[in-house]
Amino acid sequence: MANAQDQMPTPGTSNTVVPEKVREGVDLEINGKSYRHTGDDQMPLLWYLRDVLRLTGTKYSGEHGEGGYDLVLVDGKLASATSLPVVKLSGKKVTTVEGLAAADGKLHPLQQAFVDEDAIGCGYCTPGWLMASLDLLNRHPQPSDNDIDQLPNLCRCGCQTRVRLAIKRAAKGAQA
Amino acid sequence: MSDAHESTMQLSRRHFLKVLAGTAGALIVGIPFAEAADAPVPPSMLGDTLYGLGAYVRIDADGNVVIGIRDPDTGTGTSTSLARIIADELDADWTRVSVVPLGLGVDDDNGKPRWVYGHQTSGLGDSIPAAWADLRGAGALARWLLMQAAARRLGVPADRLRCEEGSVVAPDGRRFGYGSLADAAAKIQPPDAPVQPKTPDHYTLIGQPAGDINARAIVTGQTDYALDTYVAGALVAVLSHCPWPDGSVDSLDTTDTLAVKGVVKVVQIKPEAGVPLGQTVRSPAVAVLAENTWAALQGRAKLKLHWKAGAQSENSAWFEQQAADVVNDKNAQPAARVRNDGDVDSAAKKAARRVEATYVQPWLAHATPEPMNCVVKIDKDRAVLVVPTQAPQQAWSVVQRLTGLSPAQIEIRVPRVGGGYGRRLDHDYVAEAVMLAKAVERPVKLMWTRDEDLTQDYYRSATVHKFSAALDGKRQILTWNQRMASASALAQRGVPDNRLWTSEVDAHQLPAGLVPNLRSDWYSLPSAMLRGPSRGTSHVSNAFAVESFVDEIAHSLKEDPLVTRLRLIGEPRMIPLGDGRTLDTGRLINVLKLVADRIEWKNWLRTVNGLGIACWHVDGAYVAHAVEASLQGDKLNIERVVCAVDVGRVVNPTGLEGQVAGATLDALSTALNLSVSYKDSQIQQHSWKDYPLASMAQLPDTTDVILVPGDRTPTGASFLGMPTAAPALANAVFRVSAVRVRRLPLLKEMLRML
Repeated sequence: MANAQDQMPTPGTSNTVVPEKVREGVDLEINGKSYRHTGDDQMPLLWYLRDVLRLTGTKYSGEHGEGGYDLVLVDGKLASATSLPVVKLSGKKVTTVEGLAAADGKLHPLQQAFVDEDAIGCGYCTPGWLMASLDLLNRHPQPSDNDIDQLPNLCRCGCQTRVRLAIKRAAKGAQA
Repeated sequence: MSDAHESTMQLSRRHFLKVLAGTAGALIVGIPFAEAADAPVPPSMLGDTLYGLGAYVRIDADGNVVIGIRDPDTGTGTSTSLARIIADELDADWTRVSVVPLGLGVDDDNGKPRWVYGHQTSGLGDSIPAAWADLRGAGALARWLLMQAAARRLGVPADRLRCEEGSVVAPDGRRFGYGSLADAAAKIQPPDAPVQPKTPDHYTLIGQPAGDINARAIVTGQTDYALDTYVAGALVAVLSHCPWPDGSVDSLDTTDTLAVKGVVKVVQIKPEAGVPLGQTVRSPAVAVLAENTWAALQGRAKLKLHWKAGAQSENSAWFEQQAADVVNDKNAQPAARVRNDGDVDSAAKKAARRVEATYVQPWLAHATPEPMNCVVKIDKDRAVLVVPTQAPQQAWSVVQRLTGLSPAQIEIRVPRVGGGYGRRLDHDYVAEAVMLAKAVERPVKLMWTRDEDLTQDYYRSATVHKFSAALDGKRQILTWNQRMASASALAQRGVPDNRLWTSEVDAHQLPAGLVPNLRSDWYSLPSAMLRGPSRGTSHVSNAFAVESFVDEIAHSLKEDPLVTRLRLIGEPRMIPLGDGRTLDTGRLINVLKLVADRIEWKNWLRTVNGLGIACWHVDGAYVAHAVEASLQGDKLNIERVVCAVDVGRVVNPTGLEGQVAGATLDALSTALNLSVSYKDSQIQQHSWKDYPLASMAQLPDTTDVILVPGDRTPTGASFLGMPTAAPALANAVFRVSAVRVRRLPLLKEMLRML
C-alpha cells in the first residue's frame, strides 16, 4: 500500500517536514464503542462482528444476506452485514442487536414487546426481525399492516404473526 | 431410527435419580454420572462448568434454581416446557429458575454407551410425553428432600409442612427459602420408593402461560448457537460438495485457494462405504480450512474444482411421472398394503356415486435458518463437540465410530438449535467435522453456507396420491381406496423393505375406522435423490390429499363440506384402529366445530370470501384448521386462519399456542410457494430466492389458536399445527376461485388454472 512515507524527499531541501504517518485500519463505531479494524478491510461486517469481535447476535443468513438474519443499522439505516465490507464503514455508526438494550440492561421497548408477545421460534432469525422492525418504527412510528408486510425477514418456525403483534405493541407503547 | 428409539426407552428404565451435595451448599438431584458434581471440573476449553453436572435440578444456597434440559430445543420450546414440568413438582419460584442445556448424558457401561438422561430427542413430538413419564420425579424428589430438611430443623413432621413458590411453609406461617435448606437437604437419604408426583389440583405452573424462558437472552443476541461457539485454535471449515452423492473429484487445483491469507489447508472427504445414510458424509466434498470464516469463504471461491458425475442422472419431472404412472397402473403391485378393512372391490359394485382425484406434491427441503455446522475438538483420550442436533445419541454414535473413543470420553454439547424440522436427526455434518479435525489435528468449526445447505439435504420425496371413493344413495362413503406413491425416507438406512412405508403413510390416518371398506396401498419408487425425515412426517402430505379429497366428495354431493365431514365422522365414540390406537370421534368433532364456530362457518355459502376446513389426528392428538381466503384479481389473500388443537393436558398454553401458530404458518408458507426440483440429479434451489419461504405479506395477519383443555397425559405438539393448514387453505381457494388445487405449490398451480 502506497502512503506518504514512500514518496522520496525532494533533494536539496533539508528541512522537509515528514508527513504524519497515515493511521492503518478502519475506524468505526459499533454500539457506541470505537473500534479499529486492522485486518483485511474487505472482510464483510458480518464476519468482523462475529469472528473478530465475537458479537454473534448478528447471524449468518446466506451468500448475499437474503433471509434477513444478518441485518444491522448503519448510521440508522437498515443494512445487510453480509454485503458490507468493513472498509466502507469508516467513520460510520453500526448498531447490532447487542446494542439495543440500555446500558443498565433495560430492554429496548421493541425487545420487550418481542418478549411479551413471545415472538420467538428457534430464535435464530429474531435479531434480524428486531433490527428490521426497529428500522420500520424509525420510519413509521405507527406502522400499518401494509407497512409491516414490507419486512424482508424469513422465518421457518412461523413467528410472523407474533412479530406483527410485537411491532404493534411497541408502536402503541411509544404512542402512549 | 425406530430401533434406536426403542433401545433408548429400554435403557431409560435403568436410570435412577441420585442426590448430590454440590459445592457451596447446593442440592443437586440428578443422575450418577461419570463427571459428578463434586469432581473437579474437567479442563474444558469451552467454559460453562454447569455442563458437567449431570443434574436435572440444582438449588443453590442463594435460592436460585437451575434446571437441566435434556432434550435439544430447536425452537420447540423444550427449555421452557420441560423446566416447568420439573419446577411445578418442586414448587419452585419461577422467577428464580434458569435453565441450562444438559448436552448428551452418556456413561461407560463396559465399553457400551448407557444413556443416563433417558429421552434426548427433539422434534418427534415426544419430548413432553417422555418428560411427563419420568422427569416429574426429579422435581418431586427435590421437594421431598427440602421438606424433610425443614421438618428436622423445625422438629415438626413433614406432613404438616407445605411448599410454595420456592419456600417451605411451617404450620405457623414461617417461610424457609429453599436456598437455606439446600445444604441440609443434600445430606438426607432419599426414600426407597419414588416420590409420587402431585395431583393435578396442586399444579401451580402446569397449565399456566409462560413465554420462552430464554427470551431475554435471545432478544439481546446473547444466546449462543453452535455456530456462535468459538474454540481456541480452531480452524473454520467451509465446503464445496459434489452435486452427486456417488460422484467424485475430476480435477482440483488449490493454488489460488492456498494463496489466500488465512487459508491453512484444503482437505478432501467422502462418504464411507457401507455406512447408512445420515451417519457418514453425504457427498464427496472439498473443505477449505482457514483461520477465520471470511478467509475460508474466499478460499473456497478460488478453488478450481470440477466434479465427475455419478452413475445416476435423474430429473424431478421424470420422478413425478413415474409416481403418476404407478398409481394409475391397475396391474402395479404395491410395496405395502398399509390397511385393508372390509372388501373394497365387492362393496364398490353397489355404489350410487363414484369420486376420483389425484394429488401431486413436490419434493421439499428442510431449510433450517441456522445452517449445518459443528464444532469439534479431539484429543488423544477425549472429544468435545458442540452440535446443533435433534438427536445427540445418534451424533454420539457417529463420533464414536470415527474416533474409536470410549463412551464417556465423548462429550456432546447441544446449545439452542436454529431450527431442526427433521434435518438434524441426520449427522452427516458431524461426520465431516470429525474427519476434518482428524485430518488437520486441530479443532475445527465446520459451517455450511446456504447453497450447500439447500443442495445437500435429505429431502422429502414428492408424492402422488390417487383416491377413489364409492358412495351409496344415502351419501354414506362405502369404499375408500388410496394409492400413494413416493420414495421412502427410510431407504438406505438399514430399515427392512417391509417397513419402508412407515415414513410415508400412517395406517391409522383418516378416514380409517370411519369407512367400512378402506384400502391403503403404498407404491415404492426408486430415486437417486437422498431422503430423510421431514417436519410432520407423513401427516403433511397425506392430510393435504385426504382432506382435499373429502372436500371433493362434498362438492360432488353439492353440500357443505363441514356437513359431509360430520356425517363421515358420525356419533361421538371410541373406534379401535388396531396397534393399540383409538380414534376418539368426539374429540375430532369438537376441534372441527370449534374452528367452524370461530370462523363463522354458517356464512360458508354466502360469503364472497372462501372458507375452507380440514381435520386430522396424530398419535392421540386432534387438530382442525379453518381458513378464510379472498381473491383480488389473481392475488390470493389469507384473511383469517383458525386452528384448534386437543393434546390432552396443556403444559404451557403460551408455548403450545406458539408451536401451533408457527406450524400453521410454516405449512401455509410451504404449500403456497415451496418446491425442490432437480435436473441431472442436481438440485436447482441454491438460495432463499429459489426457495422462498413466505413473506410477511403472503401470510395472514393473525393466527387464531384454540386450545382444548384436557386432563389426559399430554401428547407432543411440535408439528401438530402442520397437517391441516394446507388442505384448509386449498379448500378455501376452491370456494373463492372454483380452482381445485391438486398440485402443490399452490400459488403456481392456482395461477396456472385461473
